[in-house]
Amino acid sequence: MASDSRRKAPRPGFVLDVDRSTPPILFHHGDNFRLEKLPADRSRVIYPAEPLPGLPDPEESIYQALLNPLDDDPLPSLMKPGMKLTIAFDDLSLPLPKMRQPDIRQRIIEQVLDIAAAAGVDDVHLIAALALHRRMTEAELRHCLGDRIYDAFAPQNALYNHDAEDPDGIVELGTTGHDELVTMNKRAAESDLLVYVNLNIVSMDGGWKSTATGLSSYAGIKHHHNVATMRESKSFMDRHSSELHHSNWRQGEVIKNHGPRVFQIETTINNNTFGYDGPLAVLQKREWEWTARDRATFMGMKKGLDLMPTGARRKIFNNWEAPYELTSVQAGNVDSVHEVTLENCFKQHLVPVEGQTDVLTFGLPYICPYNVNSVMNPVLVMCLGLGYFFNMYRGKPLVREGGVLIMSHPTPWEFHPVHHPSYIDFFEQLLAETTDPIELEKKYEKQFAEDEWYTHLYRNSYAYHGVHPFYMWYWGAHALQWLGRVIIVGGDQRAVRRLGFQPASTMQDALEMASDVVGPRPSITHLHNPPILMADVT
Amino acid sequence: MSRLAKQIGLPRLPAGLSPVRRFRALEFPLRAPSTPRRVAPLPPERRTGVHYDTEWARRTPARMVRAAIVDGPMRLAVSGLAAPDRRGEDRLLGLEGPIIFAANHHSHLDTPLLLTSIPTPWRHKVVVAAASDYFFGTRVTGALSALVIGAIPIERTKVERRSANTAAELIGDGWSLLIFPEGGRSPDGWGQPFRGGAAYLAAKTGVPVVPIHLEGTGRILRKGRSLPRPSTTSVTFGRPLKPTDDENATRFGARIEREVAALADEASSDWYRARLRAHAGTSPGLTGPETGRWRRAWALGDRARGAKRRTRSWPDI
Repeated sequence: MASDSRRKAPRPGFVLDVDRSTPPILFHHGDNFRLEKLPADRSRVIYPAEPLPGLPDPEESIYQALLNPLDDDPLPSLMKPGMKLTIAFDDLSLPLPKMRQPDIRQRIIEQVLDIAAAAGVDDVHLIAALALHRRMTEAELRHCLGDRIYDAFAPQNALYNHDAEDPDGIVELGTTGHDELVTMNKRAAESDLLVYVNLNIVSMDGGWKSTATGLSSYAGIKHHHNVATMRESKSFMDRHSSELHHSNWRQGEVIKNHGPRVFQIETTINNNTFGYDGPLAVLQKREWEWTARDRATFMGMKKGLDLMPTGARRKIFNNWEAPYELTSVQAGNVDSVHEVTLENCFKQHLVPVEGQTDVLTFGLPYICPYNVNSVMNPVLVMCLGLGYFFNMYRGKPLVREGGVLIMSHPTPWEFHPVHHPSYIDFFEQLLAETTDPIELEKKYEKQFAEDEWYTHLYRNSYAYHGVHPFYMWYWGAHALQWLGRVIIVGGDQRAVRRLGFQPASTMQDALEMASDVVGPRPSITHLHNPPILMADVT
Repeated sequence: MSRLAKQIGLPRLPAGLSPVRRFRALEFPLRAPSTPRRVAPLPPERRTGVHYDTEWARRTPARMVRAAIVDGPMRLAVSGLAAPDRRGEDRLLGLEGPIIFAANHHSHLDTPLLLTSIPTPWRHKVVVAAASDYFFGTRVTGALSALVIGAIPIERTKVERRSANTAAELIGDGWSLLIFPEGGRSPDGWGQPFRGGAAYLAAKTGVPVVPIHLEGTGRILRKGRSLPRPSTTSVTFGRPLKPTDDENATRFGARIEREVAALADEASSDWYRARLRAHAGTSPGLTGPETGRWRRAWALGDRARGAKRRTRSWPDI
């Protein structure tokens, strides 16, 4: 009953001031967990909002969105027999973790295709807009789109992954006023209509970034995926204060003027990452509300995970499918759609927070956008912590300039050789020399980006593009510049040092090490994420 | 014995009669009374066919037995014989309450296949519309049908309000209904025109109809064959349908048939081509070409999944 009423009237996120009665706080720790007691009277914990209720009839909501788009014509009126239609969709980096079937992309694309079928459109291509990410496997495409779509299009080579390195498959659309080249997948660019199906898990996703980045090539992406842009994106989760997005929007203008007509469909999902019941539901509850059953579940799960080999733990977590629910769907003009999407995203994620902190802590989970069905290597640990979690703010960073960031993650010296080949060289060779993003960008980016072997693996195997580890490093560039020290609790000491950070065995040790930088009795803020939250710092 | 017979007023029978003759010599009330000649006899109480009362088969003990059969031996047998490929269950997500499942009909295997394929919220609360003349011809077959598959008798040879009312009442009580609108198994592998029962019940009860296409069961146990031959099958669930405001039962019934035809097309080609043809109104019909028997049988081969017309390469002479 309690969970039923909570589903209907979810509580907003809030900030808890830690006192002596506060129980230990849950920290995600890769594919395991830690419970940490935070110092009383100077610590606070930011909790995410409970999952907003999902739309009662997603199919009908999607249908209505397509029929009544924002500042655009209804989708059926855009479909004509004999036209060239391309449907692009977000790749497997969204959502995290993968959602239970049917995936939202399947629901939307089936309806778009049904409208296309009603108009007699024969020439339809579906493209996974994965930019420089690895290609999706058949199983992953089937999971996202369902068997019906896969079986209808893949055998005719009309469903495929975007190839940013295909010399015959990329066209230049022009340059922006800032001399930024705009490139696009040729099929998409030459289509009469490009329908983009997006899934916004955080406010960074969507808008013109979908097409300007997702269907582009290194030549186009490098204009915003660079150190200078990232350092000026404060934060890249806040589209209007993000240079990353400004650049994408400028490229979007070029697409608008010289590219295909774009019909954007964006969606938001709720925070129901671990479910209301089931083995992981406890991770979604506030610690003092854990029942005896929750505590028993947690202890059993923790003990089991402690005893398991890494591979088994990883398999269990990679198999988790989140029961996310659709909270909004909007379609039509890219700019109009994206503003509504952002509102809906913020409705779920924003938590008002007063003032910055000396020390920011968070526990990093087992997954980030770039290790779905893969290994979270040390470079990705840096990216998730200093790129994503650090940037989960609007206004100003949660931690003051020169403050300390303490993250919890095992940070194993381990890489997926198929998915992340260039990461291995980046980590073992380049980071041994320098961790300065500017120097890395200047000296090595081009070499990795144009390396023929990495390009071959990106195009023909399932590897991330050669330049991808650089981008991961750049995503943390703003945080690297801002922070006085980064400490990783419970990480592989060699790997942590290679990243340029300091290892600590316990949270207590980490806090003592932090006091060297921020003085004794610093204020501490813990970001209780995931489920996702974004601090609205004033 | 004779004292007892005297006490209860039994007639005295001549000694030396055989037991059979003694029995025949019994009189009312030991034997049924005869009807006076000038009185019209009461019609015999009919307890078979459409009059068979299946209410007992929906009580908890019978349901438990049926659930055990469906999830146990029936599932095993279906997996072994039919290796079903089930598709489109996701189209039922979000549906609540009873549903009318309407499927094409090729074989006696269709019902077990569907009972083991229908997703769990409905699987154990579904009744099967079964031909009263076939399944309820005797009380024994009726009892077995009601117990094992949850059958209810439906009159298929004439319009009979009682069957429809029973089905509607059960739907009102939250039971889903599995119905084969063709009214019987296919005689030649092609479908038969859909009758209006499913559409009428949907209009009457406001419950959605989920069209289902079954493929392959005819190869395993077609009409007229008594021993099954294992093969593969597919079960494709369609989107739930409801009659629109301007649609009567006849038109809705035709739409259900078209949807099943589109699902058949989907199963034999692919989803998008099937949708293109469905919207253009050119989905291949379920009933096949109106030609002679051999040509209908010939054309049937083209409908199998992935089947391609054989092209014979003749030698150049």
